[in-house]
Amino acid sequence: MGQQIVNGVFLGSIYALFALGYTLVFGVLDILNLAHQAVFMLCAYFALLLVLHLHLPMFLAFPAAVLAGGLLGLGVERVAFRPLRGRADSNVSGLISSIALATVLEALALQIFGPDVERFPFGIVPDRTLHLGDAVVSELQVVIIAIALAMLLALTWVVRWTALGRRIRAVAESPAAARVLGVDVDRVIAASFFVSSALGGAAGVLFGLAFNNVSPDMGRTVELKGLAVIILGGMGSMPGAAIAGFALGLVEVFTVAKLGSSYRDAVAFGILFLVLVLRPRGLLGSRALREA
Amino acid sequence: MSGVGGLGDFWLTYQSTVAFVGLNGLLALSVYTTLSCGQLSLAQAGFMALGAYTSALLTLHTSAPFPAVLLAGTLAPALVAVPLGLPVLRLHGVFLAIATIGFGEVVRIFFVNLEATNGALGLVAIPQRAGLAGIYGALAAALFVLWRIRGSRAGYALEAIREDEPAARTMGIDASAYKLSMLVLGAAFAGLAGALDAHFSFMVAPASYSFGRVVDMLVYAVVGGSAAFYGPVVGAAFLTLLPEVLREIGGRLGLEPGPLRLFVNGLVLLLVVLFLPNGLVSLPRRVRRYVAGRRAEAHAP
Repeated sequence: MGQQIVNGVFLGSIYALFALGYTLVFGVLDILNLAHQAVFMLCAYFALLLVLHLHLPMFLAFPAAVLAGGLLGLGVERVAFRPLRGRADSNVSGLISSIALATVLEALALQIFGPDVERFPFGIVPDRTLHLGDAVVSELQVVIIAIALAMLLALTWVVRWTALGRRIRAVAESPAAARVLGVDVDRVIAASFFVSSALGGAAGVLFGLAFNNVSPDMGRTVELKGLAVIILGGMGSMPGAAIAGFALGLVEVFTVAKLGSSYRDAVAFGILFLVLVLRPRGLLGSRALREA
Repeated sequence: MSGVGGLGDFWLTYQSTVAFVGLNGLLALSVYTTLSCGQLSLAQAGFMALGAYTSALLTLHTSAPFPAVLLAGTLAPALVAVPLGLPVLRLHGVFLAIATIGFGEVVRIFFVNLEATNGALGLVAIPQRAGLAGIYGALAAALFVLWRIRGSRAGYALEAIREDEPAARTMGIDASAYKLSMLVLGAAFAGLAGALDAHFSFMVAPASYSFGRVVDMLVYAVVGGSAAFYGPVVGAAFLTLLPEVLREIGGRLGLEPGPLRLFVNGLVLLLVVLFLPNGLVSLPRRVRRYVAGRRAEAHAP
């Protein structure tokens, strides 16, 4: 029981980080960035390359990969979203162009790294275990949960209390009004992509470490889980995405424990489906999404 | 160099490529059908799976004639689309897309866990009943249906819903009924394609009905152009033949065919969305307009 809660929180912290990136961009632009999973995957590879070839320790490779994720996010915005801005159907065409970009990036990863799963070298992360009551927690799990929580708090702080956060919220409310008030909307959107993709990249590295699995299609399942999380949490709601991320992690771990691993993925989509049909605004969403 | 054998091989690959052009065309039309009233449904791989499994099970376990099997494979997903569409079609835009992705994944995971169909391995040794005639007959039938809809009362209603749904409702158009009908029709097309595919390629397995498959279908429809009903077929033909051509070139450059196909699909889709929003079928008109513009410029004093 205690063990499952620990595992659920651990899995949930990665889901939450990943989904926050989605929801940040959606809140600002009303566009789903499906290239998020490609950033997630490429950052995991980037960290792996730094560790394998430059022999960097993890505490340097991780921030470098996060930074790379942010820069990649700027590129994604530039290529797949900015040219479409102002088009009448930019919601759906942005979705499609981001799928296209994700496909291109995944193909590049396949060509460069091959389809096989790669692993971080043994001993790159602490492998001692701690005992919490009857639960066994590895130090890696503790570090990952701590990093995820720290990033969640940092994001909350940025959005709530900084000038950038105020501008992001203004653009989310109404780009036109924000522009009238002197906000450089393009820069704010680019900044949101930077932050969003940095979070996605962090989630990718942590996922790669947690499951010791880095492969070109590692983003695929997380992408769909991330969609379930932001729908459950309420589109555009950041606290909602965080709560829903942990909730999904816990539900999945308990499903595996009670029903077996084969139905783990079905649970996420079952929840997704029910939420959309019964309460489309999600747990903490405030907008009437049927109008969207 | 390899003589008759090489020629035979050539025909074999050529024949299956031609068949896949037809099948992918039909799948692209199934995505187009819901797109034609402005709805992005990504449940199509799930519908295809339902059609494929229904028909394969009928062929393997009963002595039903092939046309009846095809009909069952077409109707099963269409019937499922009704209870799915009633709640889901109240959603719009990306929310509809996400809900239908969820449906498609649930169908796939259901078949992965279904013992009766060998789980993730799927059904094999399905007799090959579908040939080029069957595939292209089905494609022609689907095109005929869509051609008849265009320009009819229903066609104008669909266009109105696509352009502005609240306005269409104000005009007395029953948008919900139209959207549901198109989802059902699209499900039927996908199911038919699934049934044909199962009886052409001998096997069905859950892995063929993943999210990636539905993205492929969407790519065909968007690249071809979803403003004209034949656009998706053009897109499917283009993107199914292109990798065959590129395989030759890529092989010489030492590139793997799998990543190359993905890369080209993604790149073509990106370029079309950014620079040719109405798809490849709008290309001739764009070129004509460009040439006319240049000519006018040349004649200007």
